[in-house]
Formats: sequence, C-alpha cells, structure tokens
Amino acid sequence: MKARRSGGRTLEFKDAGTQVGPLLVVDDVHTSFRTARGTVRAVDGVSFDVHEGKTLGIVGESGSGKTVLARSIMGLLPPRDVIRSGTVRFAGHELTAMDDKDLRQVWGAELSMIFQDPMTALNPVKRIGVQIAESLILHLGMDKKEAGSTAVELLRSVGIPSPEDRVKWYPFQLSGGMRQRVMIAIALACAPRLVLADEPTTGLDVTVQAQILDLLAELQRERHMAVILVTHDLGVVASRADDIIVMYAGRVVERAPTHTLFHDTKMPYTRALMDSIPRLADPSGVRLNAIAGRPPDLINPPDGCRFAPRCPYAQDKCRESEPPLRTVGSADHLFACWFPLVDGESTVPPVPVSLSAPVAPGPQSSGASDA
Amino acid sequence: MTETSTTDATTNQGGEVVLDVKNLVVEFKSGRQRVQAVSGVTFQVRQGETLGLVGESGCGKSTTGRTLVQVQAATSGAVIYQGTDLTGMKGRALRELRTKIQMIFQDPISSLNPRRRIKDIVAEPLVIWKRGTKEERATKVRAMLEAVGIDPDAAGDRRPGEFSGGQCQRISIARALMADPDLLICDEPVSALDVSVQAQILNLLADLKDRFQLTMVFIAHDLAVVKNVSDRVAVMYLGKLVEVAGSDELYRAAAHPYTEALLASIPEPDPDHASSHKALTGELPSPLNPPSGCRFRTRCPYAQARCAEEEPLLREVAPGHQVACHFPVGPAKDQVAPPAAMAATDAPTA
Repeated sequence: MKARRSGGRTLEFKDAGTQVGPLLVVDDVHTSFRTARGTVRAVDGVSFDVHEGKTLGIVGESGSGKTVLARSIMGLLPPRDVIRSGTVRFAGHELTAMDDKDLRQVWGAELSMIFQDPMTALNPVKRIGVQIAESLILHLGMDKKEAGSTAVELLRSVGIPSPEDRVKWYPFQLSGGMRQRVMIAIALACAPRLVLADEPTTGLDVTVQAQILDLLAELQRERHMAVILVTHDLGVVASRADDIIVMYAGRVVERAPTHTLFHDTKMPYTRALMDSIPRLADPSGVRLNAIAGRPPDLINPPDGCRFAPRCPYAQDKCRESEPPLRTVGSADHLFACWFPLVDGESTVPPVPVSLSAPVAPGPQSSGASDA
Repeated sequence: MTETSTTDATTNQGGEVVLDVKNLVVEFKSGRQRVQAVSGVTFQVRQGETLGLVGESGCGKSTTGRTLVQVQAATSGAVIYQGTDLTGMKGRALRELRTKIQMIFQDPISSLNPRRRIKDIVAEPLVIWKRGTKEERATKVRAMLEAVGIDPDAAGDRRPGEFSGGQCQRISIARALMADPDLLICDEPVSALDVSVQAQILNLLADLKDRFQLTMVFIAHDLAVVKNVSDRVAVMYLGKLVEVAGSDELYRAAAHPYTEALLASIPEPDPDHASSHKALTGELPSPLNPPSGCRFRTRCPYAQARCAEEEPLLREVAPGHQVACHFPVGPAKDQVAPPAAMAATDAPTA
C-alpha cells in the first residue's frame, strides 16, 4: 500500500519532503450559478490554506456555500451556467487551470473526496471490491489480482469484518455506516495527500458517527494526510480540527485555530452556532438558543453584514457597510464583524430578535421578498 | 440559557396514564424466517409527559412508534390508549380514535404531498372528518400556521417544494395539530435538519406542548436531543428496553453500559472536553439471530459469562430508574465487573 505511484503519469507532484509552504492554497474563490431568477453567488470570495497533515473544519448552515466551496476546490462543478474566478493551488499545481483530463490524474490519487450520502455516491450495480480496485488499477498501475488483494486490505483497515467476503458484496447489502467505511476505503486507496470530507457523518447514528470520525483521524495520523472536514455541526469538528472556518452566506465570517475559536469567539454568528447545540450537561427542558430566521437569499444578499438581519447585536453600521475580514491582536484569528465579542460578551446591548420570526417562503422561490 | 421549561417533572409522576404499552412484540417475515423488530417492550406515558425513546438504527424504536398509531400491527401485546386497546381495533373506530394520536416523521419534505398547496395540506385532517365549515377550517389553518411560525398569507398558496426542510417540518407539525390530538409521536423529527434549525424546531415543540397540553413520545438516536425535550427516557437496544429513567437521572447515573456508550458518542462542542469516548465498536447484531442472554453482550466492555447465559430483566435500581443488566455500571462497577478487554467484534451485519 505504501507503493508510490507508477504508470504513465504526466503530472509530477512534489513529495512531502520537498514541499514548501501550504499544501493547498485557495485564493479569492468565487463560484456563482446562473438561474432563471438571477445569479446565485454561492461562494463569494473565499481564501484559506491547508498545510500537510492538518485538519481544517469548514462549518456553516445549509446554504452557506460550504459544499459548493468543497466542489470548487475539487473542480467538481457542473459544466454549464457556472461563473467562477479565483485560484486553487494544490502541491504546486493550479487546479483551477487544469482541464478534466489532467484533473482525473489528481482525483483519487492526490486529492479525494468523501461524500455525504454513500448510497448515491457508490455504484449500486458494482461489487464494492471492484469499486475500490478501480482507482488502484488506474492510478497505481496495479493488475487486477494485486488490486483485488489490496482492496481486501483496505476494507480491513477501515474496520470492515471478514473483508475477504465483503469485497463481493453490493452497496445495498451494507448498513449506512459500513457504506461510509467503503467510501473512505475508496477515497484513501491511492494514499492521497488531501481528503475532502463533505458531511461524512450526517445521516448516521451518533455511535456510528463517532466510529467513522475516529477511523478517519486514525488513518490521517498513519498516512500524514491533510483533511478538510465540512459540517454543519461545530460539535463534530471541536475535538478534531486544527483550524476552523465558519462560513455564512458564501463568505468566511470567522477563521481561527480551533481552541481560539471556541475560547475567544469574535463573531456573534459563531457563538450562535455553538449555542444552538443541545448539551448533555444542561438540565432537561432547557430552552435552546436557536438562531432566528434563516440564511439570506444569495441572489440578493442584504447590504452590510449578511448576518445583521438575524444578529441580536446588529447596529445601524452593520446594516449599512459590510465588515471586512480582519484581525485584532493574533494574526491567525480572522473575523468579519464591526462589533466583535470581547471575552465572549458583546460590547453592544442585545436587541431581541424574535425567536419564531415570521418565516417567509423559501428564497429559492420568492425572489427578494425576504423582509 | 438557564430558563427551564414550565413543565414540572414532578407533577407528571402523578399524572394519569395516557398510554400503556404492554409486552409489545412486532415480527416481520424475512423469507422463511421471522424477525422480531420489537421483542416485548413495556412502558407507560403519563398525561403531559414527554417520553424519549432512544437507540441506534435498527433497534426497533421507529417500529414501536408506528405501532402506537397502529400503522404497524402488533404481533402480540397491547397498546392501551386512554383505557382502549388499539391492537384489537379496526376500521372507522380505529381511525376516529387515531385523530387523537398524531405522528410527525423524519423526512419533512417527503411527508408532504408536493402537488398540493400548504393550506390544503394543513386543512386535510378536518376535511377528512368533515369538521367545521370551509370558513372555520380556513381560520384554523391560519391560526395553526401562525402557531408554528409560518406566515399563512405568504405560504398558504405555495407548495412544499418551495420550502426548506425546517419549514416543511413546521408545516407537518401544523397539520398534525389540526385535529386537536392529545398524544404526539415524533419519529426523528430533527435528525435531517441543521443544528441551528434543529434548535428552532425543538423550542417550537416545547412551546406547542405547553400551549396545547400535549403528551409526547419523542423518538431519536441522539441522546443530547432526546434529553433536551424529554421528562423520561427509555433506551432501546435490539428490540428491547435496556434502561428507563428520568432524563437528568439518566445522564447523571446511567446504569446500563449501552447508555454509557450512547452518552460517550455525543460530540461536545468544546475542544477541551476530555473525550472519555469509549466509542462503541461493531454494529447492531442481526435481529434474525440475536445473541443469547443479554443482547448487548457482544459489544459490551463489561460482559461476563453470566451475560451469555441468562437474560437480564428490567428491574428497578432507584425510584423510577429501571435497568436490564446483570452488572450495572455506576459507583460499584469496579468491584462487580472489571472491564474485560473488548472481545474481538465479529458482530454480523444484516
């Protein structure tokens, strides 16, 4: 399994030893979709980098642009009606300048993705062993027999019992947690240097979620991979990510090392996401601090700070001008807020936002009717 | 954050028993074999109480929930609602009684007919039972949509496809409340939603429960969510109840090793949280061939020889706290059962 790539590869990737600087550099990425209603700016100027062997958590609600961002990095966007700009550099190569043919050499081999729904991501009519062997044959130049036995070993390494038999199974014969293990085996088959996991445990039981996240962390340590973990649940990344990016309405609103993010939260939105999680230690029946309303329509995002309409601390300035992503003190803690929290407290008095704010129809249908 | 719900847990102790489930068994045919999804479950729900039912996928919690409204027939046992055994009822009498017991499902989008308007979807329970005039129904639809936080003017004429998952769940809840039910069965109502929306829906359910004086059975796999909404929690494993206790008691003094494992698997939004994290290994064994003795023993770190031979029965370890385990965990666990090395898990999957 440690065998490095062979075969007719034309792209040369720098090895970890010679790699200088970050493994992945995402610079001012914008991704928009042309729809009948107008242009949806799903990702609106996002920049960050990821170093070898590190874990980055990307957190946000549905519609924050986190999945589109992951797909923009991979180059997995639909061919039509997409407007994109900005660059993604991976191990010295500019992914955004590559055509599909070149990208195919990168996908799976250097950069791979674990999708949310393993049932639809796996091919239902192919045995799982064949699906794992596919990339081994393509990227590592293995023959069928060698790929077959490597597939068994990979299934064993992701904790699937009796892998010799399971390679012959079809996805429908496996439980959701087992299917996600197969997805991980496929994603890791060619020892990639970066894995993007998009909500890898959403829809799974909490017990299975813990197993899958532990497995991913263990394999990451063994193989010194970098991981980008995309999720809506700050609880999932709290003990697993080195750094966390919080996204809102297509933008990064806060970025910090995990410990700093939790203990010196600057952005009220990040605080609100943390507070909306039910905690075991709280007595039963405690009222949760839900975030009122829902994310804005990305065709007509609000002026000023995009979170202002839902923010309990919003002032006139917040509704008028958009806060830039900036730092105060520590250089690795970025946030976009005019009135950042200090020691977890706001410096401006809260204005009650009705928790059961009248819900307008979905932005996907109603145009600019969001009041 | 510290504001607690107005429901006082102690008042529920004396409340009248609304739902009495006795030795419920549900079997399915699987080829020539018979699979027991629910293997003898007994519990009671009192007036005004919320009972949480928690467990992993495949433990039988949803099947139990479906049996409570008799969309799934029981193989044996009784489901007694206000003194009437639902399992023996048929036809119109059952359907009429069932208006008092409503259910909310996991997938809010697919539980609404995509071709119908929201106001018609919500009015349907009254239309079926020919209750009220058209105007009265329209008034009630408006009131109920407002109660769940949906603007009836903006939403009434739209169709489910135009709403987000959280909004569809609000609409499902409005529909469930139209026939003035007493008992609400919620089957994983928030597990398909973002944490931010999940909090909104959980708060909404708590408000509606107080406002309409509902009794609830809340089914979910996430113990943190269940604990938040429930007065008491029943933990289910492979068709059986393994522990029943008050929500806070269950968290403070979990006695079953499975409950302990469920608690440990919940991700805490705190990077310093010392992950006691004994992640449960393996998967639920196949219900076609459940382990002998205690069904959890194949995954239990404390399992002893006795656990394979003798099935532990649900017994009371403290007032209102029942557990089915020969060697319950807790203060005395080190003397009773030193944690054995985890047995190699070759737990078969379904």
